[in-house]
Amino acid sequence: MLHLPSFRYLAPRSLSEAVGLLAELGAEAQLLAGGTDLLPLLKRGQLSPRYLVALAGVPELSGIRTAAEATVRDGSGLTLGALTSIAELTRQPVLRRHFPVIGHAASLIATPTLRSMGTLGGNLCLDTRCTYVNRSPLWREAAGDCLKCTGDVCRVAPGDDRCWAAVSSDLAPAMIALDAQIRIAGPRGERVIPAEALYRDDGLSHLTLSAGEIVVDVQLLRPTGVCASYMKLRPRASFDFPSLGVAVALRMAKDECENARVVVGAVASRPLRIAEAEVILTGHVPTAERLSAAADAVHRAIRPMDNVDLPPGYRRQVARVFTERALQHALRQVPARAGANGALTPGRQN
Amino acid sequence: MSSTGSTRTPDFTIIGHRRSKVDAWPKVTGRANYADDLPFAHLLYARLLRSPHAHARIRAIDATRALAVPGVTAVISGADLPVPYGILPVSQDEHGLAVDKVRFVGDPVAAIAAEDEETADHAMGLIVVDYDVLTACMTVDEALSATGDPIHANGKANNVHKRVALEFGAVEAAFEAAAHVREDLFFYGGSNHLALEEHAAVAEYSPDGRLTLWSSTQTPHYVQRALAKALQLPERRVRVVASVIGGGFGGKTEALPHEVAAARLAMITGRPVKCRLSREEVFYSHRGRHPMHVQLRAAARVDGTLTGLHVRTVLDGGAYGSYGVASTYYSGALPPATYRLPAYRFEGARVFTNKPPCGPKRGHGTPQPRFGLEVLLDKLAEDLGLDPLAIRLKNLVAEDSVTVNHLRVTSCGLRACLERVADASGFLDKHRRLPRGEGVGLAASCYLSGAALPIYWNGLPHTTVHIQADRTGTVHVACGATDIGQGSDSVLASLVAEVLGLDLVDIQLDTADTALAAVDLGSYSSRVTFMMGNAALRAAENLREQVLCAVGRELHLPTHRLILHSGQVALRDERSPIMSWPDALQLTQASGAVLAASGTYAPPPLAGPYKGAGVGPSPAYSYSACVVHVNVDAETGQVVPSEVWLAHDGGRALNPTQVEGQIEGGVYMGLGEALWEEQSFRGPLHAGPTALDYKTPTALDMPIVHCLLVETDDREGPFGAKEVGQGPLLPVPPAVANAVYDAVGVRVDEVPITPDKVLRALDRQARGQPARHGPRRFPDIAYPPLTVVEPPAGAPQL
Repeated sequence: MLHLPSFRYLAPRSLSEAVGLLAELGAEAQLLAGGTDLLPLLKRGQLSPRYLVALAGVPELSGIRTAAEATVRDGSGLTLGALTSIAELTRQPVLRRHFPVIGHAASLIATPTLRSMGTLGGNLCLDTRCTYVNRSPLWREAAGDCLKCTGDVCRVAPGDDRCWAAVSSDLAPAMIALDAQIRIAGPRGERVIPAEALYRDDGLSHLTLSAGEIVVDVQLLRPTGVCASYMKLRPRASFDFPSLGVAVALRMAKDECENARVVVGAVASRPLRIAEAEVILTGHVPTAERLSAAADAVHRAIRPMDNVDLPPGYRRQVARVFTERALQHALRQVPARAGANGALTPGRQN
Repeated sequence: MSSTGSTRTPDFTIIGHRRSKVDAWPKVTGRANYADDLPFAHLLYARLLRSPHAHARIRAIDATRALAVPGVTAVISGADLPVPYGILPVSQDEHGLAVDKVRFVGDPVAAIAAEDEETADHAMGLIVVDYDVLTACMTVDEALSATGDPIHANGKANNVHKRVALEFGAVEAAFEAAAHVREDLFFYGGSNHLALEEHAAVAEYSPDGRLTLWSSTQTPHYVQRALAKALQLPERRVRVVASVIGGGFGGKTEALPHEVAAARLAMITGRPVKCRLSREEVFYSHRGRHPMHVQLRAAARVDGTLTGLHVRTVLDGGAYGSYGVASTYYSGALPPATYRLPAYRFEGARVFTNKPPCGPKRGHGTPQPRFGLEVLLDKLAEDLGLDPLAIRLKNLVAEDSVTVNHLRVTSCGLRACLERVADASGFLDKHRRLPRGEGVGLAASCYLSGAALPIYWNGLPHTTVHIQADRTGTVHVACGATDIGQGSDSVLASLVAEVLGLDLVDIQLDTADTALAAVDLGSYSSRVTFMMGNAALRAAENLREQVLCAVGRELHLPTHRLILHSGQVALRDERSPIMSWPDALQLTQASGAVLAASGTYAPPPLAGPYKGAGVGPSPAYSYSACVVHVNVDAETGQVVPSEVWLAHDGGRALNPTQVEGQIEGGVYMGLGEALWEEQSFRGPLHAGPTALDYKTPTALDMPIVHCLLVETDDREGPFGAKEVGQGPLLPVPPAVANAVYDAVGVRVDEVPITPDKVLRALDRQARGQPARHGPRRFPDIAYPPLTVVEPPAGAPQL
């Protein structure tokens, strides 16, 4: 039986109060949303914050809003509050209709119980994972502690002076592929960044959030001609974090691909956009040869480490297969159309 | 899940009928008290400090700072438990806490008791252990070639724990004369039981010197013996009570360090002490499936008749003996009880390594050679142009026969199992005929209905059932047997209720308590239904006889005209009730009887005339056959088992629902070992000692399972019953491997068959190389000279 360490539990009632607390307490505080990622880290002694700032009572983080209520760049999108549960993402009719890839990626996360507790913001901000760090104190002592805890060497690549822990969010690759925007509140006000810019390739600190900043919501633009797909590799049909996640989104204009996004998760500390693959697809008719070439580009571009489930060489091989399949799957979908059928119903959805 | 049962014998009112288990309600409503739920006043909580080194000498242990923490009541170490113990008389190599040396990461070094678990956890971190780190041996090869400190000082050279070499019949002659010889290497990865309930125990020591341990154990009797030895108490002053148990599968089949340490701490503190393991600690407690190297060589005629078999095994034992000597023998015991073999050679060895000790996981030492043998038969059939069903049917062991290695076979439904499973699955229509990416595989197996010999040599019964009735009509049944979820309490109540014509609710059970019930050796080797069942029948029949005699005397009716039925004494022919059960009991008691009866069971003498003959004999063998249908993604190597048919001859199904539950559980566990689960290591460390990292299949990974009950009526089994707890697991892993081959034409000769292995074999196939993934060499081990054993009269001959 693992026990939680002692901490003070703070329950702000507003976003500004939460931001204020975070800014004031600094590194001593951790945000608590669904807790499905944080609490195991605390129980294993990977983190020992003096304060947990619980977000459950912060109204600004809840709800799914369509454009009429939300401040969206071009006024025609959908805003998902950071506290939206992952289970809710799998159920939302408006999401299923317009951004089915999000509900699909959400449905592949963890288990039904964990999806009920886990949140969108929590999954996007999920700590990076590594077989050498998500372990008990005894195990870490026996292995010799690593960079990500209190040690000074990466056990996965001892020659490197960085941490290679893998980004393990299933939603992040899909959000980046869809060009989602992330709204962040902080001590110096709000800012909106592309989902891609939320991450950097550093296992110790893979989020670009500054001290005191909180992810408020995720804004998705209404798709025009975009079809997307996400494929997840894991040993079992449930429960497991991704060993590999491949998200693709193609904006099609007639037969031609106007814009392509190919994003790979769980092979680095951040989701990787594979520019080489995107270039092969963008501005071209996506023939079988082009899909295959894009998949080859992914295979060449990634360098998985031996730090999550399944061997790295295998994951790299499957990345090629999954990229090709994800592209094929995306192309099989009828692109969501703008206009009457595609119009989002204004109003709060939950 | 579907099932096809055979026709019921109409005379039974309980046996053969589908019923809920007697403990179903408390379990599904959360009222069952597992060891961790038991309430105690003034309870202390114990934690075990575990070694961070795989192999090290302990120079010193300093608990001063831990003892100074408020709330800490005691710290003990190996010095407090100097007397070694072990489940086998030949392997007394364990201490509750390490003495002088630690032998794997997780080996317990000290135990601490405190007012609460958090305090114990915190203070445990203040115990300072000074280690002298030694070279660790993490594989069989490393252990065999080690030049440093041996893992056990008194062990044999090169960390070899046990070596066996036995020969039955003219093996060399068989191979020389063979039209076809097939040889292959296999590897079977180790696995944990992953019982849902983590181990827990509470110990209490009374001021007058009596120790009681409540524990999630499969074998209270053996734990009693080990505690008495380790703690130097008379056995009669040690009571062990098995609490409600959330699964065992062989992981709770001997005294374990947390039990011994909790008991010592209770003796020192005078207060009840609880020690419960985390999931990670369960992986260190282990006693799971031995990783095993298997080399097989088979001789056959052109028509597929097997003329000889040579089995070589090397077991990666982990750090302690546990059941390992028995496991070693088991790795060679059962092939001749499945297929008719006129000549058989078995060489086996177990090697110590610096890993958690392996032990008797479900199937105990037999799934590994079974995997190899059933895959080898698939290959042999292909070599000879036969189908996998035909080659098996050609070589079936005969009913009422004796094997070349002196095993007595009584009832045998293997032919029916194979035919039923092939028929139900459409095996012959599908085999080699499905599109690429889909395949079917077949395998067969057998298992014991209880080991015929006890672990420590004695002439006592293996089990005893006491029945006591009272004038209200209630029947108390006491037996040391332990229900670990397999349903033995339900079997016990059903057998007694059937004989006495009562309903299950009228039977009160006192089981799994060394103080309340006579010895039953425990829930291992699939022995309980067969042995406890026979004892229960004898006891119940004895009581029935007393009651019917008394009633017959009173009513001037011959006893043979009376039966017990529906809570009444009735006339056999008309089934008309003539006296209620309570009235009959009162009449019997008034006549001077004590309303008590006992029954015992010991298997007949079955061991052959050679050293090691104690492992393998059983009063009856169960038989299984399995077909697995898989879908294999030829681009990713992912294998999805999509449908499983499993036919099992467990004798008469006492409760078909319980039998199917065991079959489904066995299929589940077999699929886990075939495709996902492995107790693997990264350097000296368990690769992932959590339920997230250890890949037991989820509900979504589980295919449809068709349970086919093949009911033989075993003449020595209770109402004809045999075992079902372990057998159905055995054919599953080889059936999966054979199905993968059928689907994509690659052989993965080791389990688990993970997608990366399949893909590597597929890559080789694409390059025109041999489409196989599996071991290429066998450990370099020197087996002892062969002991040549004369086959028994009537054994199969060339």
